[in-house]
Amino acid sequence: VRANLAPPLVTLAPHSEALRDEVRSFLAEQRAVGGFVPRVDSWISGWDEQFSRRLADRGWLGMTIPTQYGGHGRSHLDRYVVTEELLAAGAPVAAHWVADRQVGPSLMRYGTDEQRQRYLPGIARGEIFFAIGMSEPEAGSDLANVQTRAVKVPGGWKLSGTKVWTSGAHHARACVVLARSAPLDPTDRHAGLSQFIVELDSPGIDIRPIKLLTGQHHFNEVLLERVFVPDELVLGQAGDGWAQVTSELAIERSGPERILSTFPLLVSYLTELERQTRIDAEDTRLVGALLGRVLTLRQLSLSIAGALAEGRPVDIPAAVVKNLGTRFEGELVDLIASHANTDPGPDAPDAFSRMLAEGLLHAPGFTLRGGTSEILRTVMSRGFGLR
Amino acid sequence: MNANVASATGERSRELPSEADLDELRALARSIFERYAAETLYVQRTATPFDGSLWQTLAASGLTLLSTPESAGGSGAGIAEAAVVLAAGAEHAAAVPIAETDLLAAWLLVLTDLDVPAGPLTSGAGEVSIAEGPAGSLVVSGTLERVPWARSAEAVVVLGSAGGGDVVFVVPAGRCSITAGHNLAHEPRDCVRFKIELSSDLVLTVGEAVGAEWVLRGALARAAQTCGALEKALELTVDHASSRIQFGRPLGRFQAVQHLIAEAAGEVTTARAALDVAIRTVAQRGFANPSAELAVAVAKAHAAGAAGVVSRAAHQVHGAIGFTLDHQLRHFTLRALAWRNEFGDARSWERRIGQIALETGAEGLWNLVTSGDGESRRSDPGRVDPAPPI
Repeated sequence: VRANLAPPLVTLAPHSEALRDEVRSFLAEQRAVGGFVPRVDSWISGWDEQFSRRLADRGWLGMTIPTQYGGHGRSHLDRYVVTEELLAAGAPVAAHWVADRQVGPSLMRYGTDEQRQRYLPGIARGEIFFAIGMSEPEAGSDLANVQTRAVKVPGGWKLSGTKVWTSGAHHARACVVLARSAPLDPTDRHAGLSQFIVELDSPGIDIRPIKLLTGQHHFNEVLLERVFVPDELVLGQAGDGWAQVTSELAIERSGPERILSTFPLLVSYLTELERQTRIDAEDTRLVGALLGRVLTLRQLSLSIAGALAEGRPVDIPAAVVKNLGTRFEGELVDLIASHANTDPGPDAPDAFSRMLAEGLLHAPGFTLRGGTSEILRTVMSRGFGLR
Repeated sequence: MNANVASATGERSRELPSEADLDELRALARSIFERYAAETLYVQRTATPFDGSLWQTLAASGLTLLSTPESAGGSGAGIAEAAVVLAAGAEHAAAVPIAETDLLAAWLLVLTDLDVPAGPLTSGAGEVSIAEGPAGSLVVSGTLERVPWARSAEAVVVLGSAGGGDVVFVVPAGRCSITAGHNLAHEPRDCVRFKIELSSDLVLTVGEAVGAEWVLRGALARAAQTCGALEKALELTVDHASSRIQFGRPLGRFQAVQHLIAEAAGEVTTARAALDVAIRTVAQRGFANPSAELAVAVAKAHAAGAAGVVSRAAHQVHGAIGFTLDHQLRHFTLRALAWRNEFGDARSWERRIGQIALETGAEGLWNLVTSGDGESRRSDPGRVDPAPPI
């Protein structure tokens, strides 16, 4: 139990810190010229393709993709630094988020050379955006229960089924779909699943909005009706879908987006306090309590990123970080809402009021997306040998 | 009174020891603590008397003055090594004042060029009176509350605030009157009364920064000890949940129990991560660096917060098996609960962190997170209600 809980601290290299300064200068310039408006949960709420391309111009998309595929061959820690800077500033990163975080690394790990050539350069240029089709009406936490079927046909597969909560499918070029490609084996539900790259202009696809509580269109329902996917767009090995989608969960669970989604609201709250003639001791304490937790969770998340880069096992700490980090994201909103004498206004001209509303309306998702807190606690228990 | 004004020097800036070296030290410390732990862990009494033979063994291995310079009779290691031994001691409910001896008393003595006496030491801070004595000597007097382990210490190194500033002097064990008191875990926290005549060159004036560093050192020591105690409590809890059968299966198979343990594990993990950051910061930059104050504040606030959550979960999982004197769990939960109020509780440290944030300002807040230091702090935040002293 003792050994594995908090991985060793990471100290970032000077070149990573220099990169951080570059990102900060860029963000300050952008803010000055109105290049973006800080948002809470900006990796969901901030869809801005122009902004994504400005990041790409500076080499901050597809950072870990090798240069031969149009990427920048940089380290995971460098990408971590850029990502946390963008999130902390509330910059709009939703457009490229899925392609940059998930699909790029997946293609590097499981994709064919043709698939990499086809998509990676566009991902790094901020021109190709991706969606991921995992959840279904009957498969949320129980992902292995996907009902979408892939039936073998000459030259490829025909996919039929319904995907839900599909981020950005209405803007994306393609969607990586998890589907059942062999009949269900009741003794091994994880067998017989495959991942397919579905180009979203294929015939037989219907994309319908599922709107957020703010009214924003981010998620979609994606209906697939006998959609043809050629053999060359199967991702990885047919039948290995489960192992492929679960292999990188530790990365997905421990990233800065599990801690910092609401950080811009803390900055905004501090700005509000600075306007007051006298700051109440309890408000000071609240800021301190929240800041102390950000400091620690961020360091823990960074340590996990470092351990992952070295290939150490971090499933338990990653579950710990996501469980605590996402709860913290919500508590930050809740505590500020209960301390600040401000009505949350979804369309208020005042930034603090608007961000407070954004935080409250997005908060229910924090502890659900990427594995619910309940699932994570089960993962932790398994790690302790309790199951 | 000596005219020398010593200032807080903090640790020398140095590289952190390697993980392997710390692991080796941890293994050595654990092997020693384990040998003596059985004496205390399973005895049904509230008292936790000083363990003289454990102290002798630790002293012979150089573990009682680990971070004290070799020139003063110490081992010349750093804060990282000291924290490893403190945590290992807490894992075994060791009844020895290493934190007080090494991190507080010996540090003050070295700072003021006084000799470090052999044997266990302790340190207390508070108001003292200083009067002219015969033949140029000084008469110092005062009452210090809740001094750790005073009844077993060879001497109490006092950090006194007098009218004209702070002073350091030594009160030998035989020259004070001690009234026994205890913390929640029944560790000695004694009231020390003294009125002694000292040669004026034995009463040293120190700068204000020394008092601040004294608190930081105590807070960091308690944070390290709390982590050790809570990690042990978690380990006992996981073991118990795996082996205790109710309703025909181990407790750990019940999801409600799993979630209690997961909650506790989360708190232990963050407390440890915060401690690691504080140790690294102090080891590399010294206590006097503003980043050390922030990192120690965060570490102590987390440790104090974790104490409540982990104790509650550990006792709930243990059920009635853990809530009496006959089970070892209480050694770890009660110490963690006692230590959360010593050298500043969560509330006062959180307020301090909040002040640092306000001094830094909204624009610099994120930089404070990534750099951990307040270099960008504005000089005068104004308007912030002062936090009560810790």
